[in-house]
Amino acid sequence: MPLTPLTYPGDLAHDESQPYLWTMNFGPQHPATHTTLRLVLKLEGETVVDAMPDIGYLHSGFEKIGEHLDYNQYVVVTDRMNYVSPMANNVAWHLAVEKLLGLETTRRCQYIRVIISELARISDHLLCLGAMGLDTGAFTHFIYAFNPREQICDIFEALCGARFTNSYTRVGGLMYDASPKAIQMIREFLKQIPRTFDDMERLLNRNRIFVERTRGVGVLSKAEAINRSCSGPVARASGVERDLRKDDPYLVYSDFDFDVCCAESGDCYARYLVRMGEMRESVQILRQAIENLPEGPVNIGEDARSILPRKGAVFSTIEGLISHFELVMANRGMKSPCEEVYCATEAPNGELGFYLVGDGSNRAYRARCRPPSFIHFAIFPHLIRGHTISDVVAVLGSLNIIAAELDR
Amino acid sequence: MNTELVQQVLQLFPGITASEFRGGTRLVVPVDLLHGLLEELKQRRGFDLLVDITCVDYLEYRDAKDRFGLVYLLANTETAERLTVRCFVNDPEPSVPSAVDLWEGANWVEREVWDMFGISFSGHPDLRRILLPEAFTAHPLRKDYPLQGRGERHNFSVVRRAEPPAKA
Repeated sequence: MPLTPLTYPGDLAHDESQPYLWTMNFGPQHPATHTTLRLVLKLEGETVVDAMPDIGYLHSGFEKIGEHLDYNQYVVVTDRMNYVSPMANNVAWHLAVEKLLGLETTRRCQYIRVIISELARISDHLLCLGAMGLDTGAFTHFIYAFNPREQICDIFEALCGARFTNSYTRVGGLMYDASPKAIQMIREFLKQIPRTFDDMERLLNRNRIFVERTRGVGVLSKAEAINRSCSGPVARASGVERDLRKDDPYLVYSDFDFDVCCAESGDCYARYLVRMGEMRESVQILRQAIENLPEGPVNIGEDARSILPRKGAVFSTIEGLISHFELVMANRGMKSPCEEVYCATEAPNGELGFYLVGDGSNRAYRARCRPPSFIHFAIFPHLIRGHTISDVVAVLGSLNIIAAELDR
Repeated sequence: MNTELVQQVLQLFPGITASEFRGGTRLVVPVDLLHGLLEELKQRRGFDLLVDITCVDYLEYRDAKDRFGLVYLLANTETAERLTVRCFVNDPEPSVPSAVDLWEGANWVEREVWDMFGISFSGHPDLRRILLPEAFTAHPLRKDYPLQGRGERHNFSVVRRAEPPAKA
Protein backbone atom coordinates (compact mmCIF):
# COMPACT_ATOMS: atom_id res chain seq x y z
CA MET A 1 0.00 0.00 0.00
CA PRO A 2 1.59 3.33 -0.97
CA LEU A 3 2.12 5.61 1.94
CA THR A 4 2.20 8.97 0.27
CA PRO A 5 1.90 11.48 3.07
CA LEU A 6 -0.36 14.50 3.12
CA THR A 7 2.05 17.21 2.15
CA TYR A 8 1.59 20.91 2.27
CA PRO A 9 4.14 23.66 1.74
CA GLY A 10 6.21 24.20 4.84
CA ASP A 11 5.81 20.60 5.93
CA LEU A 12 8.62 19.53 8.24
CA ALA A 13 8.82 16.07 6.74
CA HIS A 14 9.84 17.46 3.39
CA ASP A 15 12.16 20.12 4.62
CA GLU A 16 15.48 19.63 2.86
CA SER A 17 17.53 20.55 5.92
CA GLN A 18 16.45 17.32 7.70
CA PRO A 19 19.17 14.85 6.84
CA TYR A 20 17.82 11.78 8.61
CA LEU A 21 14.32 10.68 9.42
CA TRP A 22 13.06 7.47 10.99
CA THR A 23 9.85 5.85 9.91
CA MET A 24 7.95 3.98 12.59
CA ASN A 25 4.87 1.88 12.34
CA PHE A 26 2.37 2.41 15.17
CA GLY A 27 -0.40 -0.18 15.19
CA PRO A 28 -2.66 -1.67 13.86
CA GLN A 29 -2.30 -3.84 16.95
CA HIS A 30 -0.88 -1.64 19.65
CA PRO A 31 -2.09 -1.42 23.26
CA ALA A 32 -2.43 2.35 23.10
CA THR A 33 -4.52 2.47 19.95
CA HIS A 34 -7.13 0.44 21.90
CA THR A 35 -8.71 -0.56 18.61
CA THR A 36 -7.46 -1.36 15.16
CA LEU A 37 -5.94 1.66 13.51
CA ARG A 38 -2.51 2.30 12.11
CA LEU A 39 -0.22 5.28 12.09
CA VAL A 40 3.01 5.67 10.18
CA LEU A 41 5.16 8.15 12.04
CA LYS A 42 8.12 10.03 10.68
CA LEU A 43 10.55 10.71 13.48
CA GLU A 44 13.57 12.82 13.99
CA GLY A 45 15.00 11.38 17.17
CA GLU A 46 11.97 11.33 19.43
CA THR A 47 10.14 14.16 17.69
CA VAL A 48 7.27 13.34 15.37
CA VAL A 49 7.66 15.39 12.21
CA ASP A 50 4.72 13.83 10.41
CA ALA A 51 2.07 11.20 10.94
CA MET A 52 0.14 9.35 8.28
CA PRO A 53 -3.04 7.64 9.49
CA ASP A 54 -3.97 4.48 7.65
CA ILE A 55 -7.52 3.39 8.42
CA GLY A 56 -10.07 0.93 7.15
CA TYR A 57 -9.05 -2.19 9.08
CA LEU A 58 -12.52 -2.48 10.60
CA HIS A 59 -14.50 -1.41 7.57
CA SER A 60 -17.62 -3.59 7.48
CA GLY A 61 -19.88 -1.71 5.09
CA PHE A 62 -22.40 -0.50 7.67
CA GLU A 63 -23.86 2.03 5.25
CA LYS A 64 -24.34 -0.62 2.59
CA ILE A 65 -26.03 -2.89 5.12
CA GLY A 66 -28.28 0.04 6.05
CA GLU A 67 -29.75 -0.04 2.54
CA HIS A 68 -30.82 -3.65 3.03
CA LEU A 69 -32.23 -3.69 6.58
CA ASP A 70 -35.45 -2.03 7.62
CA TYR A 71 -35.66 0.87 10.02
CA ASN A 72 -36.09 -1.32 13.08
CA GLN A 73 -33.49 -3.91 12.14
CA TYR A 74 -30.69 -1.45 11.47
CA VAL A 75 -30.58 -0.32 15.10
CA VAL A 76 -28.59 -3.49 15.81
CA VAL A 77 -25.88 -2.27 13.44
CA THR A 78 -25.77 1.18 15.04
CA ASP A 79 -24.84 -0.54 18.31
CA ARG A 80 -21.62 -1.63 16.67
CA MET A 81 -20.60 1.83 15.50
CA ASN A 82 -19.53 3.55 18.67
CA TYR A 83 -19.72 0.49 20.89
CA VAL A 84 -18.66 2.51 23.93
CA SER A 85 -21.99 4.35 23.99
CA PRO A 86 -24.41 2.28 21.88
CA MET A 87 -27.49 3.87 23.47
CA ALA A 88 -26.53 7.26 22.01
CA ASN A 89 -26.28 5.70 18.53
CA ASN A 90 -29.67 4.00 18.94
CA VAL A 91 -31.28 7.30 19.85
CA ALA A 92 -29.58 9.14 16.99
CA TRP A 93 -30.69 6.54 14.44
CA HIS A 94 -34.30 6.44 15.48
CA LEU A 95 -34.57 10.21 15.81
CA ALA A 96 -33.49 10.43 12.17
CA VAL A 97 -35.97 7.73 11.15
CA GLU A 98 -38.81 9.41 13.04
CA LYS A 99 -37.93 12.74 11.46
CA LEU A 100 -38.14 11.12 8.03
CA LEU A 101 -41.41 9.35 8.79
CA GLY A 102 -42.86 12.37 10.57
CA LEU A 103 -43.57 10.61 13.87
CA GLU A 104 -43.76 12.38 17.20
CA THR A 105 -42.90 10.18 20.18
CA THR A 106 -44.56 10.39 23.57
CA ARG A 107 -43.20 12.56 26.34
CA ARG A 108 -42.26 9.65 28.56
CA CYS A 109 -40.33 8.07 25.69
CA GLN A 110 -38.45 11.31 25.08
CA TYR A 111 -37.52 11.57 28.77
CA ILE A 112 -36.25 8.00 28.84
CA ARG A 113 -34.28 8.64 25.66
CA VAL A 114 -32.66 11.65 27.33
CA ILE A 115 -31.84 9.48 30.35
CA ILE A 116 -30.20 6.75 28.30
CA SER A 117 -28.31 9.28 26.15
CA GLU A 118 -26.87 10.95 29.23
CA LEU A 119 -25.99 7.62 30.85
CA ALA A 120 -24.26 6.71 27.60
CA ARG A 121 -22.38 10.01 27.69
CA ILE A 122 -21.14 9.35 31.21
CA SER A 123 -20.14 5.83 30.27
CA ASP A 124 -18.32 7.01 27.13
CA HIS A 125 -16.45 9.78 28.92
CA LEU A 126 -15.51 7.43 31.77
CA LEU A 127 -13.95 5.02 29.32
CA CYS A 128 -12.23 7.79 27.38
CA LEU A 129 -10.78 9.46 30.47
CA GLY A 130 -9.92 6.17 32.13
CA ALA A 131 -8.04 5.01 29.06
CA MET A 132 -6.37 8.39 28.70
CA GLY A 133 -5.14 8.09 32.27
CA LEU A 134 -4.02 4.53 31.61
CA ASP A 135 -2.04 5.58 28.54
CA THR A 136 -0.32 8.40 30.39
CA GLY A 137 0.62 6.18 33.30
CA ALA A 138 -2.25 6.54 35.80
CA PHE A 139 -3.53 2.99 36.12
CA THR A 140 -5.64 3.73 39.21
CA HIS A 141 -7.60 6.30 37.26
CA PHE A 142 -8.67 3.58 34.86
CA ILE A 143 -9.93 1.42 37.72
CA TYR A 144 -11.80 4.36 39.26
CA ALA A 145 -13.48 5.04 35.92
CA PHE A 146 -14.43 1.46 35.16
CA ASN A 147 -16.19 0.82 38.43
CA PRO A 148 -19.14 3.15 37.74
CA ARG A 149 -19.13 2.08 34.11
CA GLU A 150 -20.01 -1.35 35.39
CA GLN A 151 -22.98 0.13 37.26
CA ILE A 152 -24.16 1.81 34.05
CA CYS A 153 -24.01 -1.56 32.32
CA ASP A 154 -26.15 -2.98 35.13
CA ILE A 155 -28.70 -0.18 34.63
CA PHE A 156 -28.83 -0.91 30.91
CA GLU A 157 -29.31 -4.57 31.69
CA ALA A 158 -32.26 -3.70 33.92
CA LEU A 159 -33.71 -1.50 31.18
CA CYS A 160 -33.41 -3.76 28.18
CA GLY A 161 -31.67 -6.99 29.08
CA ALA A 162 -28.44 -6.24 27.26
CA ARG A 163 -25.40 -4.76 28.87
CA PHE A 164 -23.28 -3.77 25.94
CA THR A 165 -25.06 -3.82 22.58
CA ASN A 166 -28.41 -2.56 23.71
CA SER A 167 -30.61 -1.91 20.62
CA TYR A 168 -33.06 -0.35 23.05
CA THR A 169 -34.96 2.07 20.84
CA ARG A 170 -37.64 1.28 18.26
CA VAL A 171 -39.38 3.39 15.66
CA GLY A 172 -41.90 5.39 17.65
CA GLY A 173 -40.78 4.28 21.07
CA LEU A 174 -38.66 1.87 23.03
CA MET A 175 -38.29 -1.88 23.32
CA TYR A 176 -39.59 -1.84 26.92
CA ASP A 177 -40.75 0.82 29.30
CA ALA A 178 -38.34 1.66 32.13
CA SER A 179 -39.19 -0.48 35.13
CA PRO A 180 -39.38 1.02 38.66
CA LYS A 181 -36.36 -1.13 39.52
CA ALA A 182 -34.29 0.48 36.76
CA ILE A 183 -35.36 3.95 37.89
CA GLN A 184 -34.34 3.07 41.43
CA MET A 185 -30.95 1.88 40.18
CA ILE A 186 -30.42 5.17 38.36
CA ARG A 187 -31.28 7.09 41.54
CA GLU A 188 -28.73 5.05 43.49
CA PHE A 189 -26.16 5.60 40.76
CA LEU A 190 -26.72 9.37 40.80
CA LYS A 191 -26.12 9.41 44.54
CA GLN A 192 -22.78 7.63 44.26
CA ILE A 193 -21.29 8.93 41.05
CA PRO A 194 -20.21 12.44 42.22
CA ARG A 195 -17.84 10.75 44.68
CA THR A 196 -16.19 8.93 41.80
CA PHE A 197 -15.77 12.20 39.92
CA ASP A 198 -14.19 13.74 43.02
CA ASP A 199 -11.79 10.81 43.26
CA MET A 200 -10.86 11.04 39.60
CA GLU A 201 -10.31 14.77 39.76
CA ARG A 202 -8.27 14.55 42.95
CA LEU A 203 -6.10 11.93 41.33
CA LEU A 204 -5.30 13.69 38.06
CA ASN A 205 -6.27 17.37 37.95
CA ARG A 206 -3.16 18.49 39.80
CA ASN A 207 -1.07 15.41 39.20
CA ARG A 208 2.22 16.73 37.93
CA ILE A 209 3.03 13.79 35.66
CA PHE A 210 -0.37 13.88 33.99
CA VAL A 211 -0.52 17.66 33.66
CA GLU A 212 2.98 17.87 32.18
CA ARG A 213 2.14 15.18 29.66
CA THR A 214 -1.10 16.79 28.53
CA ARG A 215 -0.92 20.56 28.98
CA GLY A 216 0.24 22.29 25.80
CA VAL A 217 0.17 19.01 23.88
CA GLY A 218 -1.91 18.71 20.72
CA VAL A 219 -3.13 22.29 20.67
CA LEU A 220 -6.10 23.03 18.41
CA SER A 221 -7.09 26.65 18.00
CA LYS A 222 -10.70 27.77 17.74
CA ALA A 223 -10.42 28.76 14.07
CA GLU A 224 -8.80 25.45 13.19
CA ALA A 225 -11.41 23.49 15.12
CA ILE A 226 -14.16 25.09 13.03
CA ASN A 227 -12.23 24.83 9.78
CA ARG A 228 -11.56 21.14 10.37
CA SER A 229 -15.21 20.35 11.16
CA CYS A 230 -14.62 19.42 14.80
CA SER A 231 -17.60 18.99 17.08
CA GLY A 232 -18.41 17.85 20.59
CA PRO A 233 -15.86 17.94 23.41
CA VAL A 234 -12.94 18.38 20.99
CA ALA A 235 -14.40 21.60 19.59
CA ARG A 236 -15.60 22.82 22.98
CA ALA A 237 -12.13 22.38 24.46
CA SER A 238 -10.94 24.83 21.80
CA GLY A 239 -13.54 27.43 22.69
CA VAL A 240 -16.26 26.65 20.15
CA GLU A 241 -19.44 27.09 22.16
CA ARG A 242 -21.52 24.67 20.18
CA ASP A 243 -23.66 22.04 21.82
CA LEU A 244 -26.60 20.69 19.85
CA ARG A 245 -28.49 20.05 23.07
CA LYS A 246 -28.61 23.84 23.56
CA ASP A 247 -28.35 25.21 20.03
CA ASP A 248 -30.74 22.89 18.26
CA PRO A 249 -32.64 21.20 21.10
CA TYR A 250 -33.91 17.77 20.16
CA LEU A 251 -35.93 15.44 22.42
CA VAL A 252 -36.78 17.40 25.59
CA TYR A 253 -33.38 18.95 26.27
CA SER A 254 -34.93 22.44 26.37
CA ASP A 255 -36.70 21.42 29.63
CA PHE A 256 -33.47 20.99 31.54
CA ASP A 257 -31.17 23.41 33.22
CA PHE A 258 -27.54 22.62 32.45
CA ASP A 259 -24.36 24.34 31.35
CA VAL A 260 -22.20 23.78 28.29
CA CYS A 261 -18.62 23.04 29.33
CA CYS A 262 -16.01 24.90 27.35
CA ALA A 263 -12.30 25.57 27.63
CA GLU A 264 -9.99 27.93 25.81
CA SER A 265 -6.60 26.32 25.50
CA GLY A 266 -7.52 23.47 23.14
CA ASP A 267 -4.85 21.04 24.37
CA CYS A 268 -5.21 17.50 25.71
CA TYR A 269 -5.62 18.77 29.25
CA ALA A 270 -8.49 21.04 28.17
CA ARG A 271 -10.19 18.10 26.46
CA TYR A 272 -9.81 16.12 29.67
CA LEU A 273 -11.35 18.93 31.74
CA VAL A 274 -14.23 19.44 29.31
CA ARG A 275 -15.14 15.74 29.40
CA MET A 276 -14.87 15.73 33.18
CA GLY A 277 -17.17 18.77 33.42
CA GLU A 278 -19.64 17.30 30.95
CA MET A 279 -20.13 14.24 33.11
CA ARG A 280 -21.16 16.46 36.03
CA GLU A 281 -23.59 18.32 33.79
CA SER A 282 -24.99 14.98 32.62
CA VAL A 283 -25.66 14.10 36.25
CA GLN A 284 -27.56 17.39 36.57
CA ILE A 285 -29.69 16.52 33.55
CA LEU A 286 -30.27 12.98 34.81
CA ARG A 287 -31.43 14.22 38.22
CA GLN A 288 -33.97 16.56 36.64
CA ALA A 289 -35.12 13.92 34.17
CA ILE A 290 -35.64 11.27 36.85
CA GLU A 291 -37.53 13.67 39.12
CA ASN A 292 -39.80 14.90 36.33
CA LEU A 293 -40.23 11.62 34.48
CA PRO A 294 -43.83 11.79 33.18
CA GLU A 295 -46.27 8.90 33.47
CA GLY A 296 -48.11 7.57 30.47
CA PRO A 297 -47.48 5.37 27.47
CA VAL A 298 -43.94 4.97 26.22
CA ASN A 299 -44.81 4.03 22.65
CA ILE A 300 -47.04 5.88 20.24
CA GLY A 301 -50.36 4.18 19.53
CA GLU A 302 -50.10 0.71 18.10
CA ASP A 303 -53.04 1.29 15.78
CA ALA A 304 -50.89 3.83 13.96
CA ARG A 305 -49.41 0.76 12.22
CA SER A 306 -45.98 2.32 12.16
CA ILE A 307 -44.60 0.79 15.31
CA LEU A 308 -44.20 -2.82 16.30
CA PRO A 309 -46.92 -4.04 18.72
CA ARG A 310 -46.12 -5.35 22.19
CA LYS A 311 -44.96 -8.95 22.28
CA GLY A 312 -47.89 -9.84 24.53
CA ALA A 313 -50.33 -8.58 21.94
CA VAL A 314 -48.50 -10.45 19.16
CA PHE A 315 -48.69 -13.77 20.98
CA SER A 316 -52.23 -13.52 22.35
CA THR A 317 -54.37 -11.50 19.91
CA ILE A 318 -55.02 -11.87 16.22
CA GLU A 319 -54.88 -8.09 15.66
CA GLY A 320 -51.46 -7.90 17.25
CA LEU A 321 -50.22 -10.81 15.17
CA ILE A 322 -51.52 -9.28 11.95
CA SER A 323 -50.05 -5.86 12.59
CA HIS A 324 -46.74 -7.44 13.58
CA PHE A 325 -46.54 -9.32 10.29
CA GLU A 326 -47.76 -6.32 8.32
CA LEU A 327 -44.78 -4.42 9.68
CA VAL A 328 -42.04 -7.00 9.32
CA MET A 329 -42.98 -8.34 5.88
CA ALA A 330 -40.69 -7.15 3.16
CA ASN A 331 -43.21 -5.56 0.82
CA ARG A 332 -45.49 -4.09 3.54
CA GLY A 333 -44.49 -2.23 6.62
CA MET A 334 -43.87 1.42 7.19
CA LYS A 335 -44.33 3.89 4.40
CA SER A 336 -41.61 6.47 4.13
CA PRO A 337 -41.84 9.60 2.00
CA CYS A 338 -39.56 9.94 -1.05
CA GLU A 339 -37.59 12.58 0.77
CA GLU A 340 -34.28 13.15 2.49
CA VAL A 341 -33.52 14.36 5.99
CA TYR A 342 -30.46 15.01 8.08
CA CYS A 343 -30.87 14.65 11.82
CA ALA A 344 -27.99 15.32 14.19
CA THR A 345 -27.59 14.60 17.87
CA GLU A 346 -24.95 15.54 20.38
CA ALA A 347 -23.36 12.14 20.92
CA PRO A 348 -20.62 11.79 23.56
CA ASN A 349 -17.94 12.09 20.90
CA GLY A 350 -19.40 14.95 18.92
CA GLU A 351 -22.07 15.49 16.33
CA LEU A 352 -23.51 12.13 15.34
CA GLY A 353 -25.95 12.55 12.50
CA PHE A 354 -27.73 10.36 10.02
CA TYR A 355 -28.55 11.44 6.49
CA LEU A 356 -31.51 9.34 5.41
CA VAL A 357 -33.07 8.96 2.00
CA GLY A 358 -36.51 7.37 1.96
CA ASP A 359 -37.89 5.75 -1.17
CA GLY A 360 -41.41 4.82 -0.06
CA SER A 361 -40.43 1.43 1.36
CA ASN A 362 -39.64 0.34 4.90
CA ARG A 363 -35.89 0.49 4.42
CA ALA A 364 -33.60 3.40 3.79
CA TYR A 365 -32.43 4.06 0.25
CA ARG A 366 -29.28 5.56 1.73
CA ALA A 367 -28.27 5.63 5.38
CA ARG A 368 -25.26 7.85 5.78
CA CYS A 369 -23.75 8.13 9.23
CA ARG A 370 -21.75 11.25 10.04
CA PRO A 371 -19.21 9.73 12.42
CA PRO A 372 -17.44 12.10 14.80
CA SER A 373 -14.43 9.79 15.22
CA PHE A 374 -13.72 9.89 11.49
CA ILE A 375 -13.71 13.68 11.41
CA HIS A 376 -11.60 13.90 14.56
CA PHE A 377 -9.00 11.39 13.47
CA ALA A 378 -8.38 13.50 10.34
CA ILE A 379 -6.95 16.26 12.54
CA PHE A 380 -4.54 13.91 14.30
CA PRO A 381 -1.47 14.57 12.05
CA HIS A 382 -2.01 18.28 12.56
CA LEU A 383 -2.10 17.89 16.34
CA ILE A 384 0.92 15.65 16.71
CA ARG A 385 3.44 17.43 14.47
CA GLY A 386 6.36 18.68 16.50
CA HIS A 387 5.57 16.67 19.63
CA THR A 388 7.41 13.65 20.95
CA ILE A 389 6.48 10.06 20.35
CA SER A 390 5.19 9.62 23.90
CA ASP A 391 2.61 12.33 23.18
CA VAL A 392 1.04 10.19 20.46
CA VAL A 393 -0.88 8.16 23.03
CA ALA A 394 -1.93 11.25 24.98
CA VAL A 395 -3.35 12.92 21.85
CA LEU A 396 -5.01 9.71 20.66
CA GLY A 397 -6.57 9.22 24.07
CA SER A 398 -7.87 12.78 24.25
CA LEU A 399 -9.57 12.50 20.83
CA ASN A 400 -11.34 9.28 21.86
CA ILE A 401 -11.05 7.51 18.52
CA ILE A 402 -13.35 4.49 18.31
CA ALA A 403 -12.17 2.48 15.32
CA ALA A 404 -15.51 0.78 14.71
CA GLU A 405 -17.11 4.17 14.22
CA LEU A 406 -14.07 5.43 12.34
CA ASP A 407 -14.25 2.70 9.71
CA ARG A 408 -17.88 1.60 9.92
CA MET B 1 -36.05 28.59 7.05
CA ASN B 2 -34.11 31.78 6.56
CA THR B 3 -36.03 33.16 3.59
CA GLU B 4 -34.01 36.35 3.38
CA LEU B 5 -30.77 34.45 2.95
CA VAL B 6 -32.30 32.10 0.40
CA GLN B 7 -33.71 35.02 -1.63
CA GLN B 8 -30.37 36.77 -1.65
CA VAL B 9 -28.53 33.64 -2.71
CA LEU B 10 -31.08 32.95 -5.44
CA GLN B 11 -30.62 36.44 -6.81
CA LEU B 12 -26.86 36.15 -6.68
CA PHE B 13 -26.73 32.77 -8.39
CA PRO B 14 -29.42 32.31 -11.03
CA GLY B 15 -29.83 28.61 -11.72
CA ILE B 16 -30.15 27.57 -8.09
CA THR B 17 -33.42 26.17 -6.79
CA ALA B 18 -34.48 26.05 -3.15
CA SER B 19 -36.82 23.65 -1.36
CA GLU B 20 -37.73 22.70 2.16
CA PHE B 21 -38.60 19.52 4.01
CA ARG B 22 -39.26 19.13 7.75
CA GLY B 23 -37.64 22.45 8.56
CA GLY B 24 -34.46 21.86 6.58
CA THR B 25 -33.55 24.17 3.70
CA ARG B 26 -31.96 22.74 0.56
CA LEU B 27 -30.31 24.49 -2.32
CA VAL B 28 -29.80 22.55 -5.56
CA VAL B 29 -26.92 23.98 -7.50
CA PRO B 30 -25.40 23.14 -10.91
CA VAL B 31 -21.81 21.87 -10.83
CA ASP B 32 -20.27 25.00 -12.32
CA LEU B 33 -21.76 27.21 -9.59
CA LEU B 34 -21.03 24.82 -6.71
CA HIS B 35 -17.68 26.16 -5.59
CA GLY B 36 -18.76 29.77 -5.93
CA LEU B 37 -21.85 29.13 -3.83
CA LEU B 38 -19.91 27.31 -1.11
CA GLU B 39 -17.38 30.14 -1.02
CA GLU B 40 -20.15 32.75 -0.77
CA LEU B 41 -21.87 30.82 2.03
CA LYS B 42 -18.66 30.37 3.96
CA GLN B 43 -17.01 33.76 3.53
CA ARG B 44 -20.00 36.11 3.62
CA ARG B 45 -23.04 34.24 4.94
CA GLY B 46 -21.55 32.81 8.12
CA PHE B 47 -21.82 29.10 7.28
CA ASP B 48 -18.37 28.43 8.66
CA LEU B 49 -18.75 24.76 9.61
CA LEU B 50 -18.76 21.98 7.07
CA VAL B 51 -20.65 19.24 8.85
CA ASP B 52 -20.37 16.53 6.24
CA ILE B 53 -20.07 15.75 2.56
CA THR B 54 -21.80 12.66 1.31
CA CYS B 55 -23.40 11.28 -1.80
CA VAL B 56 -26.47 9.33 -2.90
CA ASP B 57 -26.59 7.07 -5.94
CA TYR B 58 -30.02 7.49 -7.58
CA LEU B 59 -29.65 4.57 -10.00
CA GLU B 60 -32.84 2.78 -8.91
CA TYR B 61 -34.66 5.77 -7.46
CA ARG B 62 -38.13 6.58 -8.70
CA ASP B 63 -38.31 9.57 -11.10
CA ALA B 64 -34.63 10.36 -10.69
CA LYS B 65 -33.02 12.19 -13.59
CA ASP B 66 -29.44 12.26 -12.41
CA ARG B 67 -27.21 9.46 -11.24
CA PHE B 68 -25.35 10.92 -8.27
CA GLY B 69 -26.44 13.58 -5.83
CA LEU B 70 -23.78 15.13 -3.66
CA VAL B 71 -24.82 16.48 -0.27
CA TYR B 72 -22.98 19.29 1.49
CA LEU B 73 -24.23 19.82 5.03
CA LEU B 74 -23.29 23.25 6.33
CA ALA B 75 -23.87 24.90 9.69
CA ASN B 76 -23.37 28.28 11.25
CA THR B 77 -21.55 28.02 14.58
CA GLU B 78 -22.92 31.37 15.80
CA THR B 79 -26.62 31.01 15.01
CA ALA B 80 -26.78 27.19 14.75
CA GLU B 81 -28.54 27.51 11.39
CA ARG B 82 -28.22 24.63 8.98
CA LEU B 83 -28.22 24.47 5.23
CA THR B 84 -27.99 21.59 2.79
CA VAL B 85 -26.44 22.12 -0.63
CA ARG B 86 -27.17 19.50 -3.28
CA CYS B 87 -25.31 19.07 -6.53
CA PHE B 88 -26.10 16.43 -9.17
CA VAL B 89 -23.47 14.82 -11.36
CA ASN B 90 -23.64 12.07 -13.96
CA ASP B 91 -21.67 9.30 -15.60
CA PRO B 92 -19.18 9.05 -17.19
CA GLU B 93 -16.48 10.35 -14.90
CA PRO B 94 -18.52 12.33 -12.39
CA SER B 95 -16.44 15.14 -10.99
CA VAL B 96 -16.91 18.24 -8.87
CA PRO B 97 -14.47 20.90 -7.62
CA SER B 98 -12.99 20.09 -4.24
CA ALA B 99 -13.87 22.11 -1.14
CA VAL B 100 -10.56 21.49 0.64
CA ASP B 101 -9.39 25.02 -0.17
CA LEU B 102 -12.38 26.32 1.83
CA TRP B 103 -12.52 23.77 4.66
CA GLU B 104 -9.63 21.62 5.73
CA GLY B 105 -12.23 19.22 7.14
CA ALA B 106 -13.41 18.36 3.62
CA ASN B 107 -10.25 16.33 3.03
CA TRP B 108 -11.21 12.97 4.48
CA VAL B 109 -14.92 13.12 3.73
CA GLU B 110 -14.18 13.81 0.06
CA ARG B 111 -11.76 10.90 0.05
CA GLU B 112 -14.52 8.72 1.46
CA VAL B 113 -16.96 9.82 -1.26
CA TRP B 114 -14.30 9.04 -3.87
CA ASP B 115 -13.70 5.66 -2.26
CA MET B 116 -17.36 4.66 -2.00
CA PHE B 117 -18.89 6.33 -5.09
CA GLY B 118 -16.01 7.07 -7.44
CA ILE B 119 -16.73 10.77 -7.71
CA SER B 120 -13.50 12.63 -8.23
CA PHE B 121 -12.87 15.98 -6.62
CA SER B 122 -10.74 18.18 -8.83
CA GLY B 123 -8.15 20.13 -6.89
CA HIS B 124 -8.10 17.72 -3.94
CA PRO B 125 -4.51 17.52 -2.61
CA ASP B 126 -4.52 13.80 -1.88
CA LEU B 127 -7.40 11.93 -3.50
CA ARG B 128 -6.73 8.31 -2.48
CA ARG B 129 -8.96 5.57 -1.20
CA ILE B 130 -9.39 5.85 2.55
CA LEU B 131 -11.34 2.89 3.91
CA LEU B 132 -10.81 0.27 1.24
CA PRO B 133 -7.43 -1.06 0.14
CA GLU B 134 -5.66 0.81 -2.63
CA ALA B 135 -5.94 -2.22 -4.94
CA PHE B 136 -9.74 -2.42 -4.69
CA THR B 137 -11.31 -1.91 -8.09
CA ALA B 138 -14.95 -0.98 -7.42
CA HIS B 139 -16.91 1.68 -5.58
CA PRO B 140 -19.13 -0.34 -3.26
CA LEU B 141 -21.82 2.14 -2.23
CA ARG B 142 -22.97 2.46 -5.83
CA LYS B 143 -26.31 0.79 -6.33
CA ASP B 144 -25.02 -1.56 -9.04
CA TYR B 145 -22.62 -3.11 -6.53
CA PRO B 146 -24.24 -6.09 -4.79
CA LEU B 147 -24.45 -6.47 -1.02
CA GLN B 148 -22.79 -9.86 -1.07
CA GLY B 149 -20.40 -11.71 -3.30
CA ARG B 150 -18.20 -9.38 -5.22
CA GLY B 151 -14.88 -8.32 -3.78
CA GLU B 152 -15.17 -10.50 -0.69
CA ARG B 153 -12.14 -12.19 0.70
CA HIS B 154 -13.15 -15.74 -0.04
CA ASN B 155 -13.50 -14.80 -3.71
CA PHE B 156 -9.96 -13.54 -3.98
CA SER B 157 -7.62 -15.67 -6.01
CA VAL B 158 -5.58 -17.99 -3.87
CA VAL B 159 -1.83 -18.20 -4.35
CA ARG B 160 -0.81 -21.80 -3.93
CA ARG B 161 2.60 -23.01 -2.97
CA ALA B 162 4.45 -24.68 -5.81
CA GLU B 163 4.39 -28.47 -5.70
CA PRO B 164 7.63 -29.86 -4.31
CA PRO B 165 9.66 -31.61 -6.99
CA ALA B 166 9.08 -35.32 -7.00
CA LYS B 167 11.89 -37.28 -5.44
CA ALA B 168 13.86 -39.32 -7.86
